[in-house]
Amino acid sequence: MKVLVTVKRVVDPQVKVRVKSDGSGVQTANIKMAMNPFCEIAVEQAVRMKEAGVVTEIVAVSIGAPQCQETLRTAMAMGADRGILVETGVEVQPLGIAKVLKAIVDKESPRLVIMGKQGVDDDNNQSGQMLAALLGWPQGTFISAIAINGDSADCVREIDSGLEKVTLRLPAVVTTDLRLNEPRYVTLPNIMKAKKKPLEVVKPEALGVDVAPRLKILKVQEPARRGAGVKVADVKELVAKLKHEAKVI
Amino acid sequence: MAVLVIAEHDGKSLRPGTANAVTAAGRMGGDVTVLTAGLQCGAAAQAAARLAGVKKVLLCEAPQYEGFLAENLAALIVPLAAGYSHVVAPATGFGKNLMPRVAAQLDVQQVSDISAVESPDTFVRPIYAGNVLATVQSGDRIKVVTVRATGFDAAGESAAPAPIETLAPAADAGLSKFNGQEVHKSDRPELTAARVIVSGGRGMGSAENFKILEALADKLGAAVGASRAAVDSGFVPNDYQVGQTGKIVAPELYIAVGISGAIQHLAGMKDSKVIVAINKDAEAPIFAVANYWLVEDLFKAVPELTKEL
Repeated sequence: MKVLVTVKRVVDPQVKVRVKSDGSGVQTANIKMAMNPFCEIAVEQAVRMKEAGVVTEIVAVSIGAPQCQETLRTAMAMGADRGILVETGVEVQPLGIAKVLKAIVDKESPRLVIMGKQGVDDDNNQSGQMLAALLGWPQGTFISAIAINGDSADCVREIDSGLEKVTLRLPAVVTTDLRLNEPRYVTLPNIMKAKKKPLEVVKPEALGVDVAPRLKILKVQEPARRGAGVKVADVKELVAKLKHEAKVI
Repeated sequence: MAVLVIAEHDGKSLRPGTANAVTAAGRMGGDVTVLTAGLQCGAAAQAAARLAGVKKVLLCEAPQYEGFLAENLAALIVPLAAGYSHVVAPATGFGKNLMPRVAAQLDVQQVSDISAVESPDTFVRPIYAGNVLATVQSGDRIKVVTVRATGFDAAGESAAPAPIETLAPAADAGLSKFNGQEVHKSDRPELTAARVIVSGGRGMGSAENFKILEALADKLGAAVGASRAAVDSGFVPNDYQVGQTGKIVAPELYIAVGISGAIQHLAGMKDSKVIVAINKDAEAPIFAVANYWLVEDLFKAVPELTKEL
């Protein structure tokens, strides 16, 4: 079974981002970048399924600037077999991402697409669901477990009130949640091997996709800061403050 | 202009977030219609009809909507959406799963998790774990929007209930099957609706130790939450998680116990009215957002706090 995984290059989650002084966007120049944590989980899941003999080929896809090749090489070092970069200078929004991925899926015919549930930069949580819609495939979002049973995938989903079980007919799109797996560290030998794996670069136009953004970003700003708080000496002082000063109890 | 709100419910009542989505919808211009679709949801439809600002309720009951499967609900909503300028849902797990599927089939770019409505086509949304607010404008003919509940008050009760109209179901897409849920019953308030939340982190050390927080929560009538670290370690189930990729809460009082204050956790609670942090690490980043903080061993401080109350 062929699996497609998507990997997004994002600002490292430990970095506290700053807004440009003109409010036009977030400062990303010279900032440490990383593979989106949910995408790492997606790649890891595909690799585990390959190690278990359920998956035969893993194709990793990324969309964006040339530097996304590094992200694809990391995916290949984790175990993906080859990579496809859809290179564009546009900040592609989820609808555009879904359309690009649909074009790739139409060419590659994977049986399963595994994506991260959200990018920790724009926090949209849309692309997987949109891709499933455009393909007319079922979607299993926020999965914490997946088992392939013949023509279908049994998934456990993390929902607001606990866990849910669904069965999806294949082919399907699933999006990963935190507890699906713990991604492996890439080893140096695998990083070296990954340099030799095939990496294809295509442009969105070659796929017949218009990636122009639909939403216009009018401005970005930092939220209002909370006022400074105070340290309390002991529990008694805390209770007094909560009762008489904050009046919340 | 007219707004269609997709209600989240459990059949009997509306779930937290829906009333807030109705408030947000009211700011987008035009009459607000609420859709309650599910296996059996007459009672939920009646609850929706009583919300202030709702002009009409559509009720759709069919077996294919059990478990609120996105494939089937989207098939119902997409043809319906043509009559509306906006389609809105709460940005809960339910709305996040469903709405992008609707948006893609309408060929529009969804605006996720808005915290404010500036005008019918302009919205504010948090990005980068809430460290940045983006003001975005949509030129799409139909705006598909999910609403961050903490950005809007819940709509109150109206004087007279709105009319309820029955809607014929769409066909089962036949793509997915719902196989049940594992949910935890609790007498405590829901995390996303609670006035007070007591939340534990890695510092709690074990599932057993969460009993200390439960005792405190009982005294305060509070909900119990947790950081990702506590959930990953198996101390509490996943639905306790507060954070960037878990629940977003903004209670009157949030007590963070043994939580260091990672960016991803702050994203979920930094809009709480009053934040208290108890941690034995004097350098814990959570102190920077706390109104009051106590540097003490939580195993001493929390039982003492429970006793004092």
